[in-house]
Amino acid sequence: MTTHPHPTTAAAPKATPARAPRRAVRRDKQRRSPLLTALTALMVIYSLVPLAWLVINASKTQEGLFSSFGLWFDDDFALFRNIRDTLTYDDGVFVRWLLNTLLYVVLGAGGATALATLGGYALAKFDFPGKRGVFAVVIGAVAVPGTALAVPTFLMFSKLGLTNTPWAVIIPSLISPFGLYLMWTFAASAIPGELLEAARVDGAGELRTFLRICMPLLAPGIVTVALFTMVATWNNYFLPLIMLKDPDWYPLTLGLNAWNDQAATAGGQAIFHLVITGSLLTILPLLAAFLFLQRYWQSGLAAGGVKD
Amino acid sequence: MTVLAPPTISRTGQAAPRPARRRRSWTGWAFVGPFMTVFAFVFVAPIAYAIYLSVFRTRLIGGTSFVGLENYQQVFTDPQFWSATWRVTLFLLVQVPIMLFLALLVALAIDSGRLYGKAFFRVAVFMPYAVPAVVATLMWGFMYGSRFGLVGNINDTFGVSLPDPLSPDLVLASIGNIVTWEFVGYNMLIFYSALQVVPKSLYEAAELDGASQLQVIRSVKLPAIKGALLIATIFSIIGSFQLFNEPNILQSLAPNAITTYFTPNMYAYSLSFSGQQYNYSATVAIVMGILTMIVAYAVQLRGTRKDR
Repeated sequence: MTTHPHPTTAAAPKATPARAPRRAVRRDKQRRSPLLTALTALMVIYSLVPLAWLVINASKTQEGLFSSFGLWFDDDFALFRNIRDTLTYDDGVFVRWLLNTLLYVVLGAGGATALATLGGYALAKFDFPGKRGVFAVVIGAVAVPGTALAVPTFLMFSKLGLTNTPWAVIIPSLISPFGLYLMWTFAASAIPGELLEAARVDGAGELRTFLRICMPLLAPGIVTVALFTMVATWNNYFLPLIMLKDPDWYPLTLGLNAWNDQAATAGGQAIFHLVITGSLLTILPLLAAFLFLQRYWQSGLAAGGVKD
Repeated sequence: MTVLAPPTISRTGQAAPRPARRRRSWTGWAFVGPFMTVFAFVFVAPIAYAIYLSVFRTRLIGGTSFVGLENYQQVFTDPQFWSATWRVTLFLLVQVPIMLFLALLVALAIDSGRLYGKAFFRVAVFMPYAVPAVVATLMWGFMYGSRFGLVGNINDTFGVSLPDPLSPDLVLASIGNIVTWEFVGYNMLIFYSALQVVPKSLYEAAELDGASQLQVIRSVKLPAIKGALLIATIFSIIGSFQLFNEPNILQSLAPNAITTYFTPNMYAYSLSFSGQQYNYSATVAIVMGILTMIVAYAVQLRGTRKDR
C-alpha cells in the first residue's frame, strides 16, 4: 500500500526557494562591522585560549610544565611521547576508561535519545489520557537537583546489587527530561498533522507511520538530542563517583580526576603531564562529533528549539 | 494494519470519529510508556525513597527508628547547610547574570549578520560546551595555579604579584569563571536558535519605520526570545544550586579554600560517603530540591506575569 502525501505538503518545498532571494537581499543591506567583529572576537579568544593552553601543555614533559611559560611550547616537544605514555600508563588503564565511556555513551545517551524521541512524538501528536499530567511531571523533574536523586538512587541500586556495575551509570542516563522537551517542541513543528491523517486514512499502522514518515522528518531533532545527551553522559562525574568504586569501571572523567588526585596522596607520583594529555584525548571525540554534525544540531535547535 | 470499520446505518454521523480518536488516544501511551517506565524507576522511586529515608534515623545503639520531622529540624538549624546554601546563592546572583548577558551579546552579534566569518564565531564560542566539567576544571585549575599555572608564569615573567585565584577569598569567583566558560556558548546557541525563528515580517515592519539596530533589538528581538531567556535563566539557577563538579575537582588543587560543605551538593555527598549519614543526607537533598524548585517556580512566575 502506498502512502499519498497531503498536497499542501508536496507544495511546501516549492515555496521555499522563493523566500531565499528576499532574505539574501535583506542581509546584504547590513554592512559588515569590523568593530563588532573585533568585540565578538574577544569572546572567541576567551572560549579558545584554554583549549590552546591544553594543546600546548600536552606537548610538555612533567619537568617542562614547571620550567616553561604556560602559553608557549617547551624546548622538549613531547606530545607523541605523552600520548603513548597516557595510553600505556598503569597497564593501559586509560584505554579501558575510554572504552567504558563509549559504552556508557552508546547505551545511555543512545537509549535516552530513543526514549525522548518516542515520548516527545507522543506528546506532540497524540491526545492520550493523562497527557497533561505526564508533561507536568516530566517538566517538573527538570527542576529536581541531582543531589535529591543521587544518594537514594545509590542506596536503591545498592540493594538491587547494581552498584559498581556499568548499569549503575547507564540506567539513570536513560532519562533526559530536557531531551523529551526538545523532541516535543521539534515534533510539534516538524510533522504536519495532515501528513499523519493521510497516512492513517491509507491504513498505515502507527509504528510504520512513525518509522517511515516521521523519523526522517525528526532527524535534525534526533541528532540534536543525541548530541546533548552524549555531552551529558560523557561529562558525567557525580553519578559515576557515587556508584563506582572499582577503577576498572571508571569513565574517563573519574579516571582523570583519580590521576590528578594521585599527586596529593602520600608517595603518589605526580603525573600532571598525563592528566593534561589525557584531558586533550578526552575532549577530541566530542569536539569532532559537534563539528561533523553541525548541520543537524544547528537546524535541529533552530526548528525545534526553545519557543513558548 | 487495521482498517476502520464503517459505521452502521443506525449510528449518527458523530459516532464515526470515535473509534479513530480512541485508538489514537491509547496509542500515545505506547510511545511515551517506555520513557515513563524508566522515568518512574530513576526519578520517582529515588525521590520516594529519599522521603522515606528522611523520616528515619540510624544510630549505632538502637538501630533505625522513626523520627518524623527531626531530620528536617536539624537541617534548618545546621550552620554548615546554610553556609553552603548562601554560597551558591551568591554564586547564582553574580554568575548567572554575567553568563547570560555575555551569551545574549554574542547571539545578537551573530544574528545581526554584521560579523565577518559568522559561522566560525558560532562554532568557536560553542566549543567549550563539548568539554567535560572535569577537563574544564583541571585546565583552569592548572592555569590558576602558582606552580605551573599562568598566574605563576605572569608573576615570574613580569615581576608582579597577582591575587591567587585559588585563595579562599577568590575561589568562588574562580569557579564562577569556569562555569561561565563552560556554558556561555550553550546559552548563546539557545538564544541564537530562538532569534532564527523570529518572523522576517517583524524586521521589515521595523525597517519601514526607520528603526535603528538598537531599537530593533529592544522592540523586536528581545521580546521575541523572552521564552528562551526565561528557560535559560531557570536552567542556570538549577545548575547553580546543583554545583558540585567544579568545586569537588578543584578541592585537590585548593584544599585550604574548599571545604566538604562548600555547596549543598558537596555537603550531601560528604554526609553520605564520608560520614555514612544516609538519612540526614537524604533530608539535605530533599530540602535543597524543594528550595531549588521554589526559586525556579518563582522566577518562572515572574517571567510569565510580565506578559500580561
